[in-house]
Amino acid sequence: MNREPLLVPVIIGAVLAFGVLAAWFLKVPSEKTQLGYRGVGMELVENKRTTAKLKATNELPEPQPALDPEEIAGPRASEVYENVQVLGDLSEAQFNRIMAAITEWVSPEQGCVYCHNEEGNFASDDNYAKIVSRRMFQMTQHINGQWKDHVGNVGVTCYTCHRGKNVPEYIWFDAKTPKQENRMLGRRDSQNEGGLKSSGYSSLPNAHYASFLANVGDDKNRRIRVQDKAALDSGLGATIQDTEWTYGLMMHMTESLGVNCTFCHNSRAFGSWEQSTPQRVNAWHGIRMVRDLNAAFLEPLKPVYPDKRLGPTGDAPKANCTTCHQHVSKPLYGAEMLKDYLASLSPTAK
Amino acid sequence: MADYQNIFTRVQVRGPGEPGLALPAGDMPRVGGMAFSDLLGRIGNAQIGPIHLGGLGIVSLVLGVLGFNIIGLNMLAQVNWNPIEFIRQLFWLSLDPPDPKYGLSWPPLGEGGWYMIAGQLITLSILLWWVKMYRRAIQLGMGTHVAWAFASAIWLFLVLGFFRPLLMGSWSEAVPFGIFPHLDWTAAFSIRYGNLFYNPFHALSIVFLYGSTLLFAMHAATILAVSRFGGDREIEQIYDRGTASERAGLFWRWTMGFNATMESIHRWAWWFAVLCTLTGGIGILLTGTVVDNWYLWAVKHDFAPAYPEMFPADSLADPAAGSGGAK
Repeated sequence: MNREPLLVPVIIGAVLAFGVLAAWFLKVPSEKTQLGYRGVGMELVENKRTTAKLKATNELPEPQPALDPEEIAGPRASEVYENVQVLGDLSEAQFNRIMAAITEWVSPEQGCVYCHNEEGNFASDDNYAKIVSRRMFQMTQHINGQWKDHVGNVGVTCYTCHRGKNVPEYIWFDAKTPKQENRMLGRRDSQNEGGLKSSGYSSLPNAHYASFLANVGDDKNRRIRVQDKAALDSGLGATIQDTEWTYGLMMHMTESLGVNCTFCHNSRAFGSWEQSTPQRVNAWHGIRMVRDLNAAFLEPLKPVYPDKRLGPTGDAPKANCTTCHQHVSKPLYGAEMLKDYLASLSPTAK
Repeated sequence: MADYQNIFTRVQVRGPGEPGLALPAGDMPRVGGMAFSDLLGRIGNAQIGPIHLGGLGIVSLVLGVLGFNIIGLNMLAQVNWNPIEFIRQLFWLSLDPPDPKYGLSWPPLGEGGWYMIAGQLITLSILLWWVKMYRRAIQLGMGTHVAWAFASAIWLFLVLGFFRPLLMGSWSEAVPFGIFPHLDWTAAFSIRYGNLFYNPFHALSIVFLYGSTLLFAMHAATILAVSRFGGDREIEQIYDRGTASERAGLFWRWTMGFNATMESIHRWAWWFAVLCTLTGGIGILLTGTVVDNWYLWAVKHDFAPAYPEMFPADSLADPAAGSGGAK
């Protein structure tokens, strides 16, 4: 008996039915926003499930109650308290208000003693965390003043990075060179590693933080721009390896911001500024900002930290794009937190 | 009749095994016995073996296996000889070409030397296999069409790993031996040189690639459709055109006004396949050696469309333009 004429259509039908059902159940609910001219594929694609989760984790803490004019006019913190090296020009009430805020933002569990002397001597500098947080106040003021090209008037607060944690969740350290790296066999050259988030799960180079974000000055970092600016004979001399490193950095940026390439670029001509979106200009400043912060504020704090805060090679914790962005293109969805704390965190605060 | 309407071959010839033509004096003997497989018979010839490996085939296999193992052992060393990590990260692992700083000089073993050795072993293996294939065709009194089609693929392989790196003055330009890493190389190569989609030879290569699949589908479907009239005896039909050929030709003339012949369709298919890698190789060879940015090349030659501006021009100025920074 010949059963095959029936068997074959049944198999084909079952495969098709499985495909349709799988597509139906595995479908990712997505939302697309057009960013460039129609037809060029410049769009932001978001997974609605991811967005819902991110919206939930990006809710803001209630601002500290606003102060009366007489509280603002009261005696200066530097007159009331000892050893006030930053924020001394605030009134006592303003000073206590930002201290209450930073406690909620950075050490909600430990309270004041996370930074301050446990025996109640608040003026003492014997806790390393107090020295770090003093420097962090200066850094926040520096970002809000010097890096408006990146943070605009929305600015940043301690909460932008800390989110209720002593140490921001997304920091980076220099990677320890694996043992086999110096052997004759099995060099990896900071790439081809499986399942690494920092390179977007690709096999692209993954040491881009140290290579692109650690030093101030373009000549001290790896080159980012790799495309020639003329069709012929432009002689830029960037290698495939340079390109892969840039690609790796870009994977970090898309991972950090929860966006795709076309959020900033027209993918047909990645290097062309005219065809990009204004976000690319903003991102350019962001890279320079992170370099500045790492070199001027974060790395120099190394001698202050206890060993448990240092990386595997003994370096200080440093920032990258994710430190603030935390997978959202505008940190905290662009919420203007700074406006409630201008007295203490604006660049003119002293 | 219904036998021809099935996706599997329904008829399997079984008899004493066919050992093949007598080999000329001095040739190494065929190895392996003869067996029949019902399962393989459904998709091809049911007879398995004997195989003629010959001296060239043996040397080629040994060199190829050696190169393959050098790649595998390097990957194993990268995960500290941990077999579980080796399997987990297999798609990411790679034996990479030398660093750019070594140019065309010989790098230390750990920094690309193994890559050079593995690459040379595999290249030699492929070239010897080509000679073997050529000589087998001659021995059987056939034309050498298969060998020349294979040579076209070898051309692309040599452009990627030998000719272009040589012209660029650096072995670091060659393609890494890894699954994801060679794909990263491909993406980076396109981005580095301003988008390979604007490379006309890349476009030609794609035309012949997709064209090959189209021709293959058209030809295979046509022959299967007329095999009930003996159309599957293609060689017979070439010099003694029967109703199968007439119907197949008529079908395509009715459908698109033109038909290939029983013989010429095979020339169509051969050239499409051969031109895919031939034009592809030319496109790769020109990239970085002659043309540095294919997108700008397309703009220069007026075939990259311009789109209306979506944002004010001053919001898109290159922030590094003033400082002269090219990074």
